[in-house]
Amino acid sequence: MGLDFSVLPPFYGTLALGVLWTIAITAASAVLSFFGGILLAVIALYAPMAIRLPFRFVAWLFMGTPLLLQLFLIYFGLVQIGIDLPAFVAGVIGLGFHFAVYNSELIQTAMIAVDKGQMEAARTLGLSRRQALIKVVVPQAVRDVIPPIGNNMIALLKDSALVSVIGVSELTLSAQRAIGQTYRAFEFYAAAAVLYYIINLGMEAVLRWFENRNRLYR
Amino acid sequence: MSQAFVEIRHAQKSYGQLEVLKDISLNVDRGQIVAIIGPSGSGKSTLLRAINDLDPLTGGEIWLDGVQVNKALPHRQYEKHINQMRQEIGMVFQHFNLFPHLTVRENVTMAPKLLKKISDKEANALAEEQLDHVGMLERIDYYPAQLSGGQKQRVAIARALAMKPKLMLFDEATSALDPELVEEVNLVMKKLAQEHMTMIIVTHEMDFAASVCDRVLFMDQGVVVEEGPPEQVFKNPTQERTRNFLRKHLEGAK
Ligand SMILES: Nc1ncnc2c1ncn2[C@@H]1O[C@H](COP(=O)(O)OP(=O)(O)O)[C@@H](O)[C@H]1O
Ligand SMILES: [Mg+2]
Repeated sequence: MGLDFSVLPPFYGTLALGVLWTIAITAASAVLSFFGGILLAVIALYAPMAIRLPFRFVAWLFMGTPLLLQLFLIYFGLVQIGIDLPAFVAGVIGLGFHFAVYNSELIQTAMIAVDKGQMEAARTLGLSRRQALIKVVVPQAVRDVIPPIGNNMIALLKDSALVSVIGVSELTLSAQRAIGQTYRAFEFYAAAAVLYYIINLGMEAVLRWFENRNRLYR
Repeated sequence: MSQAFVEIRHAQKSYGQLEVLKDISLNVDRGQIVAIIGPSGSGKSTLLRAINDLDPLTGGEIWLDGVQVNKALPHRQYEKHINQMRQEIGMVFQHFNLFPHLTVRENVTMAPKLLKKISDKEANALAEEQLDHVGMLERIDYYPAQLSGGQKQRVAIARALAMKPKLMLFDEATSALDPELVEEVNLVMKKLAQEHMTMIIVTHEMDFAASVCDRVLFMDQGVVVEEGPPEQVFKNPTQERTRNFLRKHLEGAK
């Protein structure tokens, strides 16, 4: 049986919905991974040992084990201890924290690299350490790592396909459902690939806009 | 007992075995301008940074306007206290330390907005007033990266003044500047002197110190070797070490 792309149009709606869910879960996870990354970086650098060590252990777990396993644990595992999360929420938590750990590594390095005179100048004006971190150190560190964080976000988009296994109707699962009805694997997977690529281009445009906004500071 | 506006009492500071400040006492009256001179490594910056507790003393007391800056308090209370005190002590650094991610305006308004809870409108008026004062109003919406060194330092002075400090500390404010940019910063400092701002100025510019300061301190190896009015310290130093330093400095300047 040859290729027949005329099988696609009846499923445009399904695929479009899949695209929307993929964008939704990627955006939500990206936001969580960004702010989570900042929080983890601040904890890693400034929190007392009693807080820092457990966080480091959890970070190590997120970095050292497969994301797929983490999603299974959060979605299927937590139910056993009475935490029954909707699949979308479980997916956002899994993806968000996984990439928060990676973002935090980048942000930590950048925070250490911010000139010590910046913290001193802020403290001299009367800012508390917390205020100085929020207003002076973190914003500069984050601006310095927008490009590598952007790369993490592209990876996040691609890894969002994994949440299909816990039943989030994102693009990959939508394609699978269409294949289940038509037995046209190549056409639908190819269509999904093209759609991922287009979302990817959109994300890159957004990232470039962020980077350009920061040109002036240097 | 009457107190001076700024009092440093028996300041002592050690880094491990290294004693950087050895029992230094200094009184500064309201509106007075004191210059601190001395060779590199003599403890000038350490003394200045002890006044606002950036480098806490290991012994001695700092008083400003009847309040002890470095008083012994439990950690949390101390943090509150020192943040309050620092609002009253402006500091200007050799390398400006402007916030590069903020515009000139935001550099000036950030602390007053955050700490004094003033409105955006008041903050803008404050920024315009302070920047006008240092001749930088035209660059109010520039970023620090777009300014020359002299302009950066003038903005840094405006940023400090926006907190309406009782005391200004300058740590070699012109040392990092190209020679042709020194004068514009000196002019701003002279203007503050005319307005009777209380200032402690660490400097290696003897001419500037002689022309604006009421008193000069010569420090060497963690002690005040000699102090007095500029005419005396510069023209008739009583100490051999002062004479040596000034002679070397003159030769270096040639
Ligand atoms: N953080 C520090 N740790 C150890 N020694 C220091 C530190 N800061 C300054 N010193 C030492 O203290 C002495 C005085 O330094 P400083 O106050 O910067 O001198 P100045 O400003 O007069 O050049 C120098 O010997 C310097 O090496
Ligand atoms: Mg110094």
